[in-house]
Amino acid sequence: MQVLRPQSWHEALAARSELPGATPVAGGTDVMVAMKLRHFRPEVLLDLSRVSGSERYRIGPDSVHCGPRVCHTTVAERLHRQLPGLALAAGSVGSRQVRNRGTIGGNLGTASPAGDLHPMLLAAGADVELSSVRGSRWVPADGFYRDGGGTVLGADELITAVRVPLAAGPQRFQKIGRRQGLVKSLCSFALTLDRGQRRIRAAVGAYGAAPVRLLAAEQLIEESRVLYGAGTLPAALVAEFGRLAATATTPVEEGAEAGYRRRALAVLAARNLTQAWAMFLAEGHDGHHRDGQRQDP
Amino acid sequence: MDITVTVNGKTHDRLDDEDGPGESLLFLLRERLGLIGPKNACEQGECGSCAVWLDGVLVNSCLVLSAQADGCSVRTVEGLASDTAGPLETSGASRVPGTSGALHPVQQAFLDTGAVQCGFCTPGMVVTATDLLERLPRPSDAEVRREMAGNLCRCTGYQQIVEAVLLAAERMAGPASPEVGRP
Repeated sequence: MQVLRPQSWHEALAARSELPGATPVAGGTDVMVAMKLRHFRPEVLLDLSRVSGSERYRIGPDSVHCGPRVCHTTVAERLHRQLPGLALAAGSVGSRQVRNRGTIGGNLGTASPAGDLHPMLLAAGADVELSSVRGSRWVPADGFYRDGGGTVLGADELITAVRVPLAAGPQRFQKIGRRQGLVKSLCSFALTLDRGQRRIRAAVGAYGAAPVRLLAAEQLIEESRVLYGAGTLPAALVAEFGRLAATATTPVEEGAEAGYRRRALAVLAARNLTQAWAMFLAEGHDGHHRDGQRQDP
Repeated sequence: MDITVTVNGKTHDRLDDEDGPGESLLFLLRERLGLIGPKNACEQGECGSCAVWLDGVLVNSCLVLSAQADGCSVRTVEGLASDTAGPLETSGASRVPGTSGALHPVQQAFLDTGAVQCGFCTPGMVVTATDLLERLPRPSDAEVRREMAGNLCRCTGYQQIVEAVLLAAERMAGPASPEVGRP
């Protein structure tokens, strides 16, 4: 086994192009486990942990531009105001030790169906930058995951950035596993409301072969025009939202029966829609967050 | 590949990763440097027994490639006791056997609350608890439980471990309430 240690994206992309069989590794929380547990012995490891600046983020007027090595701890603790939904998802990953090492780019690159960031990256409308010696392209999260599993990342490409829009309203994330923490999710759900655009986005992970948007459920809410009002959500609408969410895609049987996953997703979707709506009302319609901070007169 | 790493303040250079470039930092620490405080248990980042600091960041050393630690500074449980040898001389802390150093307050609290049973998880627990108290000097019971979630103990049932962390916090940061101790 050989370990390549590029110091820059220029070097990293050149190495990736020359040795497309090399396994990229950053935080090691997936690759090292695979090497131990599944006796995965790649001939070449492409260690990205020395690529200068790849662990940094930049907060822009509309979005946060994350280097792919931004770790879960950073997202959870430094970006929770800009990206509250992604911070919830990142904070739910593994343990502190794992969150300190696991990265946003690694979560995307490994693309385990159970990866905790996927549904929120979909619901937040994130874009992923894929680069090679040929150039760079931005792919929306919607188009990043392949339906049957895996991603559109080319053999000579690396994930060089992730751009996540600033939250424009309430965001919710919840996951279910056999216990509260440190266990593979059996169903994870993410939801964002856009206060200005009156839009909703919802997605599910750890469910089918790939994380997916729940388009029919989103459409139900948008067509009901409840997001233009300020009243309570009709119970029938909430239940239908859950039902449509749970029938959007076929659950896998890994770790839990399909029926369990369907039921879990219907409950998670309905519950989180209700909670997001309560946040939507509490924050008011003037766009100001009433987050308990005292405002000076 | 030659690896240079500074462990607990001492630099070790030209460490050849003889087990192959895929070896972990945990392997390097235990098998090459003889630091057996970090324990080899699950080797998949679930139990926290191998917790160390890599450039000041708490990590599971089983998930770090030794090549990734090249040029870095590592602190292990072995580096804790001597950190505080001075101030603790007067506070009744236990001596570290065979040295002039005193135990770190977290180590002392683990002894005082009986938070050690078989002891296998203890080094990882102590390291993680110390990391927690360096970031959050006065954690609540719930915060301790959440922050220590990545460290598994199969003996104690955790109650004494939580008590140890809270006791260490009190000793290191002073009484919780600002009212306590006022005239």
